[in-house]
Amino acid sequence: MTRDELSTIAWNGIWKQNTSLAQVLGLCPLLAVTTNAVNGIMLSLATILVMALSNVAVASLRNFIPHEIRIPVFILIVAALVTVVDLLFNANLHQLYLVLGIFIPLIVTNCIVLARVEAFAAKNPPLQSTFDGIFMGVGMLWTLALLGGLRELLGNGTLFGGIDMVFPSLQPIQLLPADYPGFLLGLLPPGAFILLGCLIAWKNWLDARAAARARRQPPAPAAALGCH
Amino acid sequence: MSEARAFSAPGMALRTAAILFLFVIIFTALLSGAYQWTKPSIEASALEEKTKLLGDVLPVDAYDNDLIRDAVTLPPTPELGLKEASTLYRARKAGTPAALVFEAVAPDGYAGRIRLLIAVRADGSLAGVRVTQHKETPGLGDYIEPKKDRNKEHPWIGQFVGRSLANTPDKGWRVRKDGGEIDYHASATVTPRAVAKAVHKAVRWADRENARLFAMENAK
Repeated sequence: MTRDELSTIAWNGIWKQNTSLAQVLGLCPLLAVTTNAVNGIMLSLATILVMALSNVAVASLRNFIPHEIRIPVFILIVAALVTVVDLLFNANLHQLYLVLGIFIPLIVTNCIVLARVEAFAAKNPPLQSTFDGIFMGVGMLWTLALLGGLRELLGNGTLFGGIDMVFPSLQPIQLLPADYPGFLLGLLPPGAFILLGCLIAWKNWLDARAAARARRQPPAPAAALGCH
Repeated sequence: MSEARAFSAPGMALRTAAILFLFVIIFTALLSGAYQWTKPSIEASALEEKTKLLGDVLPVDAYDNDLIRDAVTLPPTPELGLKEASTLYRARKAGTPAALVFEAVAPDGYAGRIRLLIAVRADGSLAGVRVTQHKETPGLGDYIEPKKDRNKEHPWIGQFVGRSLANTPDKGWRVRKDGGEIDYHASATVTPRAVAKAVHKAVRWADRENARLFAMENAK
């Protein structure tokens, strides 16, 4: 795999085809879980693991899977891997499982896993597919962390609430005064929709500005390589 | 694809079915392998979890028997708000009854059912109450859970400890707003009211059934 390929995969995952902002996939766990930044990060970490595993499994087996039955086979692979990850977490990292436990089964409902398997891993070699899974997950990680952070800041005035469940020595940060009454809309699903809409608009605005700048002054050929 | 053309339509279908079947076999084997391999340590941590939860409601020095094994299965018990079977644990010290540990449900929480784990000593006083499951509003009604309670030194749920039918009259089991003795936080009264009512009912039930429960045959 060349450096160019890797940077294309990374750029696609983190920004250009960002799961939540560009593909707008996997909204069910996104809306349910991002009531604070910690939950968003934890769900994303579990998703990164599952996406990397399912992408590498499908990419390795892609030549043995007939086209007509690919979807049932993909679902079988994803569901089996999620269950195995769930069992392994429960057995070996029990403390972490108590925190992540509710999120792991949620990954099955996240269509982004199936989408990457179908759109990328079924057509590319295992190494590239692994990186695609990881970087798609990283894109999801920062988006969910940002969304969760904004929601809890609006709703509670805190940041990283619930961090003491993951690292008992750490405490959430109280950003707004302790007597901040809280804006419940931020924590409820409509608040998640509104904020997600704002984030998508922000991304589109940045992309449109970058495109306009590229049209005004055509960049040097060397600079153009990185971004596409 | 050129290879596939050599098959007739039914042959093709059979071949596809065989491949799908093969994948099902492989991944089911993977699943059952992972299940068998992780089973012992999952059971060990579940037991540890249970012991810890029981330790929250009943101090370990209150009994000397194998609490988790001294269990009976209760049929659905309306007095405890339970529509399903549950497990009751019996603590004994030097062979004499020490306490009962059982589950109860407050059906009328602000957001549905609140599951409780309750320990009642043989003298009828409460050894401890813990909320094990609830959907009360975060930041408002969830102080019934000591982990979410901002008052870490005297969590709300602690005020039930030591109460019994003998030292708390029937009216006392209500929240202060309703003329009782149970404290509550302003702006969230429905939740503590539901919990207090369920605990009171559970204490009365334990008082009545005490002798019968300790005499029951062990379930395991």
